[in-house]
Amino acid sequence: MKHPKEEELIAYHDGETAGRNEIATHLADCPECEAELARIDALLAALHTIPVPEPGDDYGQRVWQQISPRLPQRRAHWWDFLFREPNSAPWFAPRRLAAAGAIVALVLAAFIAGRFTGPRDVTPPVATDAAKVRERILLMAVGEHLGRSEMVLMELANSGPLNAGQKEVNISSEQRRAEDLLEENRLYRETALEQGDTALAGVLDELERVLLDVAHSPQQMTPAQLENIRQRIDARGILFKVRVVGKELQQRGESGNTPAEPSGSGKSERNKV
Amino acid sequence: MNRMRPSVETATIETDAVAVERTLTGDREAYRILVERHSRNVYRLAYRMTGNQHDAEEVVQEAFLRAYQKLSQFAARANFGTWVYRIAANYAIDRMRQRKSEDSRRALPARETEDGAETDLMSTVPDAAPSPERLAQSGQLAAQMRQALRGLTPAERTAFVMRHWGGSGIDEIASALDSSASAAKNTVFRSVQKLRKALEPFVEQRGRARAMGTEQL
Repeated sequence: MKHPKEEELIAYHDGETAGRNEIATHLADCPECEAELARIDALLAALHTIPVPEPGDDYGQRVWQQISPRLPQRRAHWWDFLFREPNSAPWFAPRRLAAAGAIVALVLAAFIAGRFTGPRDVTPPVATDAAKVRERILLMAVGEHLGRSEMVLMELANSGPLNAGQKEVNISSEQRRAEDLLEENRLYRETALEQGDTALAGVLDELERVLLDVAHSPQQMTPAQLENIRQRIDARGILFKVRVVGKELQQRGESGNTPAEPSGSGKSERNKV
Repeated sequence: MNRMRPSVETATIETDAVAVERTLTGDREAYRILVERHSRNVYRLAYRMTGNQHDAEEVVQEAFLRAYQKLSQFAARANFGTWVYRIAANYAIDRMRQRKSEDSRRALPARETEDGAETDLMSTVPDAAPSPERLAQSGQLAAQMRQALRGLTPAERTAFVMRHWGGSGIDEIASALDSSASAAKNTVFRSVQKLRKALEPFVEQRGRARAMGTEQL
């Protein structure tokens, strides 16, 4: 074999496999090429000695602190709510796949049934029914959302040190749930505004502020800090408002009665809150 | 009420793929796990590419911001580390090009090429460069090595850093450089060739000094 080119020796140094055996055989018999390879090794080894300043153990946390305020809000899709719980398994977990399969099957069944059954000349009533069904689903979803929010706020309101010696309380579980609820809350608030239901949008707006407070609090809280956040919840009377509005939406969803105007029947009740 | 410590334990057991999925559904906490897990590795790459701490930190931040924005386009979710590494390499190339252009405008306006081609700073090393005798000292050798690395074009430097410090494969480098595999291979070779030309006399001199027991640390 003739002498390998510089390029081939560098590739050999890098562990490239093409032509490796031939080069190795040649190197064993050629002191000149062996010396050339030794020079390449020495240079690259020397370059490895250039130090990289150690950024510190908390570097990852610092990067997060710097970038997190600049991250855009990632809007979750409505179907995420079907598949997601805090600290849950990934979407491809078997039980989730089963749930997704069941939903797809239901949708397909409904579609096929719609194709082969029922009169086809009743478009306006069907459209009205569909609109009612959609609104009912939305009302129930918002009602459930308010129920979950209420649970988180209740847990915070009732939390405290387990014993007198405990100096801090960990609220990270509530925080994660509050963060999850925040995304949903924004979507519902915007929908309520689009539909002209300003009273519901107002309550959701207040709830959002409280959830933000919780999400941005330290994970470990002293009893005094916890008391402070509890007072902020109390001051806004948000627990009561959430409870009343949630109940009202649930009733509206179950009865199928929708207000004559976007902010009609429910509005007067909510305004008392 | 769950009083267990949360994400620290979760972070160690949660895979990148799960964290990416959770991030995509709007869970920012999951992205924090990814940032904390991969930022040191990305920082090492960025520092070696840019050669200074300030730019390296900027590259790290920008890489994670861009990764977050493009996360929905990221297909191979199990390799988040490799993906963000590549984004960082791309951004570092832009940053280096920008720096070079700023530096050449500020300090070396006469040497700027008309067609905007990258200027090889190796050719701009002043004549009053330290003599080989002085550079035999290892601290100065390190400085010379940094200077030689700065002399590479951004693409060469990226290829060299990814190949010889990051252990990246040719395909990965080609992807970062947006070039073919053979072009990437060529760029790696060219970078080593340039570094050899610039540094070998000093590396050999140090080798000789070490052999004679006269090396100064």
